[in-house]
Amino acid sequence: MTIAPKSSFVLNHRHLLGIEGLSAAEISGLLDLGEEFVVLNRQIEKKTTSLRGRTQINMFFEVSTRTQASFELAGKRLGADVMNMSASSSSMRKGETLIDTAITLNAMHPDILVVRHHASGAVELLASKLDCSVINAGDGAHEHPTQALLDALTIRRNKGRIDGLLVAICGDILHSRVARSNIILLNQMGARVRVVAPTTLLPPGIERMGVEVARDMREGLNGADIVMMLRLQRERMNGSFVPSVSEYFHYWGLDEKKLAYAKPDALVMHPGPMNRGVEIDSIVADGAQSLIREQVEMGVAIRMAVLEALARNLPNA
Amino acid sequence: MLSDRRPILFANARIVDPSRNLDIVGDLLIADGVIREAKKGIGAAGVPEGTDVIDCRNKVIAPGLVDMRAFIGEPGAGHRETLASASQAAAAGGVTTIICPPDTSPVIDDPATVDFVLRRARDTAIVHVHPMAALTKGLHGKEMTEIGLLKAAGAVAFTDGEKSITNAQVMRRALTYARDFDALIVHQTEDPDLIGDGVMNEGEFAARLGLLGIPSAAETVMLERDIRMVALTGGRYHAASVTCAESLEVLRRAKEAGLNVTASASINHLSLNENDIGPYRTFLKVSPPLRSERDRTALVAAVGKGLIDVVMSDHNPQDVETKRLPFAEAAPGAIGLETMLTAGLRLVHNGEIELITLLRAMSTRPAELLGLPGGSLRSGAPADVIVIDMDVPWIVDPDELKSKCGNTPFDEARMTGRVVRTIVSGRTVYELV
Repeated sequence: MTIAPKSSFVLNHRHLLGIEGLSAAEISGLLDLGEEFVVLNRQIEKKTTSLRGRTQINMFFEVSTRTQASFELAGKRLGADVMNMSASSSSMRKGETLIDTAITLNAMHPDILVVRHHASGAVELLASKLDCSVINAGDGAHEHPTQALLDALTIRRNKGRIDGLLVAICGDILHSRVARSNIILLNQMGARVRVVAPTTLLPPGIERMGVEVARDMREGLNGADIVMMLRLQRERMNGSFVPSVSEYFHYWGLDEKKLAYAKPDALVMHPGPMNRGVEIDSIVADGAQSLIREQVEMGVAIRMAVLEALARNLPNA
Repeated sequence: MLSDRRPILFANARIVDPSRNLDIVGDLLIADGVIREAKKGIGAAGVPEGTDVIDCRNKVIAPGLVDMRAFIGEPGAGHRETLASASQAAAAGGVTTIICPPDTSPVIDDPATVDFVLRRARDTAIVHVHPMAALTKGLHGKEMTEIGLLKAAGAVAFTDGEKSITNAQVMRRALTYARDFDALIVHQTEDPDLIGDGVMNEGEFAARLGLLGIPSAAETVMLERDIRMVALTGGRYHAASVTCAESLEVLRRAKEAGLNVTASASINHLSLNENDIGPYRTFLKVSPPLRSERDRTALVAAVGKGLIDVVMSDHNPQDVETKRLPFAEAAPGAIGLETMLTAGLRLVHNGEIELITLLRAMSTRPAELLGLPGGSLRSGAPADVIVIDMDVPWIVDPDELKSKCGNTPFDEARMTGRVVRTIVSGRTVYELV
């Protein structure tokens, strides 16, 4: 039994390079389509044929578990031929430039390329040299659009809306593409966004991106509907940006005490992978207010929605 | 002990309270460890029963001094100075609060060591002691310390002591991070590469002595950089020891720009100059080095104008093993807890500075910058009070000093004026006999 998506939403862009440039209607369209795939993914028969004959290459220049697996499953469930390439096994290791890699790949006629790269703007650079659709699976500290979309879907399913909610994004904003994509999306959808971090982990000028800024968790979480925690990489908490793990957890780690400053029905999110005991306490991560596991489920659905909506716009579609 | 807790009335004193710009003749009443009142004519009638009345005719009464930098050897160098011996020296010099830097062994860079110093001081010291914590781990100038947890443990400021942080990125991040905790960063502004092997002020005198010089630029280059970092970050910054005239111009611009910048000068740099080194006197080898007379007079004028906020002792005990050496090989440092006030009074007697201005820089301003309750004779302030005899002549005898080390640059100096009584939290901890 195959259930084709009911909605006929088409994303009128060749690529999905970021949330920047998407309208509220386009975001809503993707979320609606995502809902349909949530239903599909909970069935025994999870396959459709809408991408049959299409070739999807997942090109990950930076290691990833959940995003890569999620894109692979999404493509396969839509019937595409999916190939995974990682930086460790690619010719990038042998000194090939990004542009040459792009030209080589282009000659293989893929339809959709999913790219993650450690440098901000690298995915855009690749896209400009390719004939296929490109999906940004995370570029440096710039954007991670499918993460923001899956977060939005998770929020909408649990709160019934995004508009008017107060979302506190906490932690390493400076290095986070998740934060940037979320800030843009949540603003576009009418939410209030607050970032909470020590100033060393905030990009100067962030307040110009339409967010409130708090340096203290009590103040930052006050009245929040959603508390979104970000991962802090270990090499950044040894005295360079933050003095130590213990000081970071003491002041900015999410535990039950700090969560109590948010609304009683506040929900907790984390894009993963989590550092338990660094930015989030296990009791909170596994607690009743946590949406962390649901986020992973929404990830597959939203990536299917993005692939589907882009594929509908491909030539000969 | 009981008598210590009895109320005391200091009668007919010249009351100098820089925190209120007050300089009057009157009475001061203390009880229960706090100041009750300071005004004209409380008189014997208006005091509680059992009050000790001390006649302070022709004497000055002022807030106890808050010494913003006095090295103490605990932990790790108790042979140079202990918290107990330093506090005895402090009490004899009118210092009721000592701020000690973190360049001890181990370095004061974790909350447990802050706690150790506070407990040890509570058990052995007769004046208040507050540690500054290291700004970078191990004073290595690379990774910032747990500024939040250290401040919560009781560190009053953050500094790498006598070391300068050469990496501007480290300084930027530390200033940025510290701002979130409203923590004060105290920085020694000396470029170690420009110091090189220098041991005294660069110039004619160093040339004649055949000693390598340290240019003023070693200080101004670092100070300029720091000011730019403060402008970038909005941090709260204090230059630990300013010594030369050129630095004052840098400070003036920073303050006029509204930056959160303050500065200290040591009593050594305000009362001595490079010529005092004379025949290679190692007790006058200090870091940063004594500068020229032109620099000294400019510094005194800057204290007068409030451009330099704080005057500190820079107390640094060194024993004979580290001082009885050729000048270039001797350790820098001079003791100062017991002589900072009397050396300052010299400037007052010479007409170089007003008494109230000197006391402001030695008590009120440091207390304000560090968020401490002292430095004031307001009602309710802690009864940390000193009585000064402005006119008593005396000669500094190193053998009579209470510090464990005798490396005073005022060895055998003739002084006029000294502390005759020091009171900490309402208790007399020193009395001149």
